[in-house]
Amino acid sequence: MMTAEISASASLAGAEAGRLVLPSYERPAPGVHPPLDFEGYRSTALRHPKQPLVLLPHRLTEVTGPLLGHELIIPTDSDLTTQYDGEPQGQRIIVTGRVLDSDGRPVPDTLIEIWQTNAGGRYRHWREHHPAPLDPNFGGLGRCLTDAGGRYRFVTIQPGSYPWGNHYNAWRPAHIHFSLFGRAFTQRLVTQMYFPGDPLLPLDPIFNSVPDEKARQRLVARFDIELTQPEWALGYEWDIVLRGRDGTVFE
Amino acid sequence: MKDDTTVPGLTPSQTVGPYFSMRLPWPDGPFVVPEGTPRAITVVGRLYDGAGNIIPDGLIETWQAGPDGRFAHPDDPRGATPGGYQSFRGFGRCPTAPDGSYRIVTLKPGPLPASDGNIEAPHLDVSVFARGLLDRVVTRMYFPDEPAANAADPVLCSISAPKRRATLVAVPEPEGQLRFDIFLQGERETVFFDV
Repeated sequence: MMTAEISASASLAGAEAGRLVLPSYERPAPGVHPPLDFEGYRSTALRHPKQPLVLLPHRLTEVTGPLLGHELIIPTDSDLTTQYDGEPQGQRIIVTGRVLDSDGRPVPDTLIEIWQTNAGGRYRHWREHHPAPLDPNFGGLGRCLTDAGGRYRFVTIQPGSYPWGNHYNAWRPAHIHFSLFGRAFTQRLVTQMYFPGDPLLPLDPIFNSVPDEKARQRLVARFDIELTQPEWALGYEWDIVLRGRDGTVFE
Repeated sequence: MKDDTTVPGLTPSQTVGPYFSMRLPWPDGPFVVPEGTPRAITVVGRLYDGAGNIIPDGLIETWQAGPDGRFAHPDDPRGATPGGYQSFRGFGRCPTAPDGSYRIVTLKPGPLPASDGNIEAPHLDVSVFARGLLDRVVTRMYFPDEPAANAADPVLCSISAPKRRATLVAVPEPEGQLRFDIFLQGERETVFFDV
């Protein structure tokens, strides 16, 4: 049980007299998130803090967060195969699942943003040098809001693998980048979804930077024949779990 | 009680990578309030690595209370900002430019009540994402014109070394801007928090 009892100062504009009780969010167990310093991923070398992180108790700024998206979303945002005049090349897939917190509660109305390569492993980005063709009918960008049950659904194209120069003959396994807000600053998550059976997974430093084997496997979607639509698209299911509340809020 | 057989495990973080700028920047992302809003402030800064090089492929996000010290959020137990999200979004997002710089236009937040009768000085929570960061790093920006409030702030007070604490306070610039440079590593390494 962790709650913060907060007495509002009468001198604060807008603060009401009395006691404020805030939720506190679960702290991830060791091994779930990658270390910031990971030798196998070279770019971490000069970009990880060397001083220990300072513990920040969850206060008002951390237990609130941006609730965004309603004004951003248009219906084609969640179908990456219909954003251009023609149909993109590649294997059509459906990627769906729920956004939950670690108490098992759905996270409704939360913005998900995704980006990915085309079928040939090429990002539509000015910095991209991989000599695979661009697809004039594929941008690789999606977004949606979860529904009341925390569910999301994208229709897209199976992304490709691409070389990335981290080490000799380094190739990224196929993946889709996901960005999520949840409902609190503490729940913000940027991650990547991978595909089952990808032979590059055991070789990828970024995937393998997650120390805990079970946690790492949670980055891999599940192929589901029930979600697969006959004569149309393969179905994958991937649930995303954000930090839950650590204690019960009560008066 | 949590039942360990039914509690789903957390999804791990992965790096935002070099190509997030396809998706994550929004045209109005850096503008928590529109430019020209009365009493708007501009926060500028650069993002640096441990060799002192600028980082041109980072993403800075800010989250904060409004000038009244309230949030456009239902979990603020004092109630959400009157007018809610439409009156003050509270969230800024800016990718770093080829020169490593970012710029956020916002309003100065008010102070916040904290535990034990303390008051948190006005601050922004700041997340940094980049290629080479396997998880976001989180820091806070405080305001240089609040020396008394900063001296009493429970988070600043939890950092004993004055040089380290100073990394969290923006520097005023002649044009009225505030400069908040972020050093991921090195001699001037910014204080980052375990949230």
